[in-house]
Amino acid sequence: MSEETTSSEDDITAIETPVYLTYNFTAGEATTRFLHQVRKGKVMGQRCPGCGNVYAPARGSCAACGLPTSEEVELGNKATVQSFTIVWIPIPNNPIQPPYIVANLVPDGANISFIHLMSECDNDSVHIGQRVEAVWKPEEEWDYAMDNIRYFRPLDEPDVPIEMIGKVPLSGWEGKA
Amino acid sequence: MKDIAIVSFAQSDCRRDAGACNEVELIMPVIEQAMQAVGLNNSQDVDFTCSGSCDYQQGAAFAFVMGVDALGAVPPIKESHVEMDAAWALYESMLKISMGQAESALIYGFGKSSPGELPTVLSQQLDPYYLAPLWVDSVSLAALQARVLLDRGLLSEQDMAAVVARSRANAKANNPHAQLAGDVSVEELLAESPWVAPLRKHDCCPISDGASAMVICTIEKARAWGKPYAVIRGIDHRMESHNIGARDLTRSVSTELAAAQAGVDRGPVEVAELYAPFSHQEIILSQALGLDDSTEINPSGGVLAGNLMMASGLSRIGEVATRIMSGDVRRGVAHATSGPCLQHNLVAVLEAA
Amino acid sequence: MQYAAVTGIGQTQYKARRGDVSIAGLVHEAAQNALDDAGLGWDAIEAVIIGKAPDMFEGVIMPEVYLADALGCSGKPMLRVHTAGSVGGSTALVAASHVQSGTFRRVLTVTFEKQSESNAMWALSNPQPFSPHLNAGAGGYFAPIMREYMRRSGAPWDTGIKVAVKDRLHGSRNPLNHLQMPEITMQEVEESPMLWDPIRFLESCPSSDGACAMVIADEGLAKEGPKAPVWIRGGAMRSEPTMYAGRDEVNPQAGRDCAADVYAQAGIDDPRKQLDCAEVYVPFSWYEPMWLENLGFAEEGEGWKLTMDGATSLDEGGDIPWNCSGGVLCSNPIGASGMIRFAEAARQVRGDAGAHQVVGARTALGHAYGGGAQFYAMWVVSVDK
Ligand SMILES: [Zn+2]
Repeated sequence: MSEETTSSEDDITAIETPVYLTYNFTAGEATTRFLHQVRKGKVMGQRCPGCGNVYAPARGSCAACGLPTSEEVELGNKATVQSFTIVWIPIPNNPIQPPYIVANLVPDGANISFIHLMSECDNDSVHIGQRVEAVWKPEEEWDYAMDNIRYFRPLDEPDVPIEMIGKVPLSGWEGKA
Repeated sequence: MKDIAIVSFAQSDCRRDAGACNEVELIMPVIEQAMQAVGLNNSQDVDFTCSGSCDYQQGAAFAFVMGVDALGAVPPIKESHVEMDAAWALYESMLKISMGQAESALIYGFGKSSPGELPTVLSQQLDPYYLAPLWVDSVSLAALQARVLLDRGLLSEQDMAAVVARSRANAKANNPHAQLAGDVSVEELLAESPWVAPLRKHDCCPISDGASAMVICTIEKARAWGKPYAVIRGIDHRMESHNIGARDLTRSVSTELAAAQAGVDRGPVEVAELYAPFSHQEIILSQALGLDDSTEINPSGGVLAGNLMMASGLSRIGEVATRIMSGDVRRGVAHATSGPCLQHNLVAVLEAA
Repeated sequence: MQYAAVTGIGQTQYKARRGDVSIAGLVHEAAQNALDDAGLGWDAIEAVIIGKAPDMFEGVIMPEVYLADALGCSGKPMLRVHTAGSVGGSTALVAASHVQSGTFRRVLTVTFEKQSESNAMWALSNPQPFSPHLNAGAGGYFAPIMREYMRRSGAPWDTGIKVAVKDRLHGSRNPLNHLQMPEITMQEVEESPMLWDPIRFLESCPSSDGACAMVIADEGLAKEGPKAPVWIRGGAMRSEPTMYAGRDEVNPQAGRDCAADVYAQAGIDDPRKQLDCAEVYVPFSWYEPMWLENLGFAEEGEGWKLTMDGATSLDEGGDIPWNCSGGVLCSNPIGASGMIRFAEAARQVRGDAGAHQVVGARTALGHAYGGGAQFYAMWVVSVDK
């Protein structure tokens, strides 16, 4: 290689070395039970033997107490908005177009929120404490997946006061189960 | 570094596939066992918690964050994590105790290797521009090393098979957690065909899922708790070049340095637990540590009997500590390794109180 | 505990893409700058403590193994810390513990991220088969928490905008920054695209390449350096689980406890009065008022008042300037971002922070957090031992 060739070469500032690694995930015992139930259209939580709080979806432990959880608790189809954001970035392979609502929702009977979509709502009127219910996919499309619930939609029920969010029982809010 | 007491150690079975268990479900039982051995409940009862794990084993970023769910970390705890074997989490915890910010610590390591192809995954540990694109896996690199040793006449295939036969026999006799154990002769092993030549499959450690946990504290605290304990009298770790071509693969210079600093030669070594993922590496490590026939090597079977990657190094220390706590031996050496061909090595000297 | 001091600080230029260097070149650059700053050669270093955020950001597993040569580690101890986004801070604290324990006399600590070599957004929301994939990323996770803060505190809607402008104006004084926006206005931030309401594009941190390094030495060696030692007066870490029933995500207890711990070590009972400035991990604008409360600079619900009054602004002559360097909103090489906060706090008390110097600064806070705002690392540094 002549010196001239060397000096005229451009700096190499990038090379592409794609890394593909294949993993077979396992869900864990608690999540496996949860997914079996969600396949049947039920949302289950687990109660901590220490503090009594109900976790959903359960990971098999109460993170606060560090105790294994095993008692299964069926949760309501209704939930309360703990907080939310309006997202302006599209979700790949999802028909829901921005702006859409991603919310932290506490299902009735649970003491912790999970993240899910809200739809069939006026984005500007979504608010903390709002009551919502799950809208499921048609039963023939159910799989071992949280998105069997397509999204949550608002309910015509009174708001849950701030201090009661995360404490609504399975019997619902103000007797509306 | 101050003398530190190991007061308890627990490890899970080494299983090829822990199946349905997630990280929390793997960790929780060993933490509970290690804590209960000294009458503690959860991380609230120690001053510091430190763990070791590797995201790529599970294939999920932040795998260690799930581990915090197993600790009972409410109210919040003083906690840290190394993306290394938990033996280095022990090292970090010892610094914390030595500087006076803690009197006790919980250390744990966990690994779930079964979701991926571990040797292939580890190829992505190499230099990302020159080596990783070649996908050289960890077994092939170890085979290169074994070839150097064999061709220079520094050891024989019989020597390697003898390491494996002893590992299996020791695991059968002493280690209920082992994945591979049993009576097998050198002749039987040598009759097997090569796998990644010159390595036969049995020269390589198995791939295991599981976890281990340990509680350490100051000597004063160990006395106050009134339980048997082992003392970490010296500990050190050293790195070597990543450039395998620049290293003498027949030696482990970093182990020699760490052994000298940890004070391995300041007394008899009755037992040694060495993290040698390949049979020939046990011989390299024994020489680097200056061990001879007077030392019982890998009475647990070592990692050839089961390798909880990211916990195996801590488990080696735990295996020696357990033997000291039970009164079987008075002084031993434990070793942990990381990186291809023994690139990074930690040596700990443990003694009876 | 042995005294320990920062005797050398090295940073790289922060950019969207440092195509001129490899990963090894990037960490070496920061380390070499720190050694030059301390007037030392590589032989003077006894151990190296390295940190970064998840390995998936660059796709290199346990990269300390590969980086050993670039950091002169052959024959030396090398430790790799990973505590999520707080890692830059916790790595500095682990490095300090090597000296404070009396085990080493002088160590080098380095943190980095080369986000351009991979896709951090992907690594962070790497789809897992068991949860709905909402593409929400870090912004989608934190936005509802900010909304809850707004509800609780009644903060004016443009508090976040004010922070975004203030930190960019600070940042334009710091030539190392990735974002240079000396002309930025409130209107420009307000009109930037909404991403995760209430987070606008210009209220979020960029993705940067960069590395930061420090030399930490014991008392005897610290006094030999060419520059005044910066004494580590306190260091603390706290962790809590990501999710548990009853967790206060807006004002996490782990952050409050960590601050209380580090203040107690440094003899601070009124941080606003006794600290001269603070470098705080603010990746989204609203986290300034939230952390002002969490870190005890303001009463609960009142953090936004300091922001709106200009108390945290160098340009407005505030009494407690926050993020004079420009902060995470101007440069965010994730794994290094926490250490940059720690190092910039040290630069301030050493009096060599250049155009973003707080005049007469003697004591400063460095802060980092990570995960779901659940991992914290903080230190207080001072010219006074
Ligand atoms: Zn509980």
